[in-house]
Amino acid sequence: MVSYRKDRRHETAEQMSEPSNRDATGRRLGEIRRPCVTLRGLTVGYRERVAIEAVSGVFAAGSLTAIVGVNGAGKTTLLHAIAGLIAPRQGSVEIAGTETPADLAYLPQSDSIDRDFPISVLEFAALGGWARIGALGRVPPELRSRGLSALQAVGLEQVAGRMLGDLSMGQFRRALFARVIVQDAAIVLLDEPFAGVDAATSEDLLRLMQRWHGEGRTVMVALHDLEQVLAIFPETVLLARKAIAWGETATALMPEKLVEAGLAAPSSGAGPRLRLAMPS
Amino acid sequence: MVDVNLWSTFVAPFSEYAFMRSALVACMALAVASGPLGTLLLLRRMGLVGDVLSHAVMPGAAVGFAFAGSALAVLSIGGLITGIAVVLLMILGTRFGAQREDASLAAFYFASIGVGVLIVSLRGTNLDLMHVLLGTVLAIDVPALALIVAIASVVIAVLALIFRPLAIQSFDPAFLRTMGGSDSTYRAIFLVLVVLDLVAGFQAFGTLLAGVPLLLPAAAARCWAQRIGPLVGVSIGFGAAAGYAGLLVSYHLNVPSGPAIACAAALIYAVSALVSASRMLVTALNATKPT
Repeated sequence: MVSYRKDRRHETAEQMSEPSNRDATGRRLGEIRRPCVTLRGLTVGYRERVAIEAVSGVFAAGSLTAIVGVNGAGKTTLLHAIAGLIAPRQGSVEIAGTETPADLAYLPQSDSIDRDFPISVLEFAALGGWARIGALGRVPPELRSRGLSALQAVGLEQVAGRMLGDLSMGQFRRALFARVIVQDAAIVLLDEPFAGVDAATSEDLLRLMQRWHGEGRTVMVALHDLEQVLAIFPETVLLARKAIAWGETATALMPEKLVEAGLAAPSSGAGPRLRLAMPS
Repeated sequence: MVDVNLWSTFVAPFSEYAFMRSALVACMALAVASGPLGTLLLLRRMGLVGDVLSHAVMPGAAVGFAFAGSALAVLSIGGLITGIAVVLLMILGTRFGAQREDASLAAFYFASIGVGVLIVSLRGTNLDLMHVLLGTVLAIDVPALALIVAIASVVIAVLALIFRPLAIQSFDPAFLRTMGGSDSTYRAIFLVLVVLDLVAGFQAFGTLLAGVPLLLPAAAARCWAQRIGPLVGVSIGFGAAAGYAGLLVSYHLNVPSGPAIACAAALIYAVSALVSASRMLVTALNATKPT
């Protein structure tokens, strides 16, 4: 695990020192992209309902991928399957290059967390260190400073001592990002991280997400805003129970694909920003 | 003179009578185990589950009574068996999800009381029934006390080992699972601890009131403390205070002690809730006041 992490750090430093040596998608030119997360015929269901069916594809190491689709298209299910929160009914999820649970960070939709739980904002962010401490391990003293600097990175250093329940929705989303920062994972899954927050928060969080991408982490984001997807995400998975399209964003979001995914009305031909699904 | 009165009112009942001492020690042990358990139970919004499990102890205890009279060990083992059986049914029920959880809980609740009362009535008198339902904290002998203290110790030891995952699971179970923790294992261990605690409380409080030390002090503590550590501490303190006050009242007024302790705990909860409501009212008034 240590050598693996050092590798990534090394890569990060190299990328930062050679910013010109990259193509438009933020990838280093000539880099052979190792597969990172591979889905083979992944089918996942809840009771009688099949949520995603026969999805196959590869999230390359260091890629930044948007997962889009209408509500109920299976975006959250796909992330849950990759995070190991739900077992596949058929097919498989293979994750290369991670050795401990700490290497995969999952940022859930906010309503899956009971925000009234008595925990301070700093403690919540520090939970990101859980995988290296566990139920019985000693809490290392530097975790506190790591938590604080993560809170600083998301602009919450002023409220570090407050209770989680006192935060606004936007602040709570920032706290979730801080926890991901502390976790320092190679793979980051974000489930609708920008839903229901104001423009300033959304912008800050996008910047953080792009920084993770720049650091060479593999980032997958379920989201609704197609304009954001077109502007920022090099790659896109278009879901409607099955993967309608998977690849470069401009190609994946072709009008006829959007129609097939139910994200655009068939009659009009005005391009990819047609009828945006309402954020849940 | 005053000192003598204070002594005879507050200390003498315990210094003079061994059964009062045993009852007090039992209440303290239950308070120590129930404080953290009840706090976690309420943070998980599982208060109803605690209540249902306290009744789930009854059919087994009743069967034990039918076979062995009032031998506490047999009653406890019987109660433990049906309590754990109900925990298993609940876990299976949520896994296969035939029913909404609260509906099946209500079924367990009423079935447990019905079956338990029937079995005790077939073999025993109304007085036996009262003992099973309301407990006999003043009849706790040394073996019973040893059982209660042993169970409380086990509960505390196991809780200490898995307190962190239990706390995280109570507000963000998905996070625990992505970190490799098994949701259902922790949930099952926790529920078994609750059953153990209720079995320990059964002799003192009976099946109707066994949930009192578990739920009321923890509920009252939420009006006074915000952080989880203080919540646990205040719960334990309230549980012990209710036990002591209830025993004193039952001694001086010659009333049944289990219900007296329940009333003391309820009084602590009522005062706490009033204080916190008035505090909120003051805050609200201050907020609307023009500055």
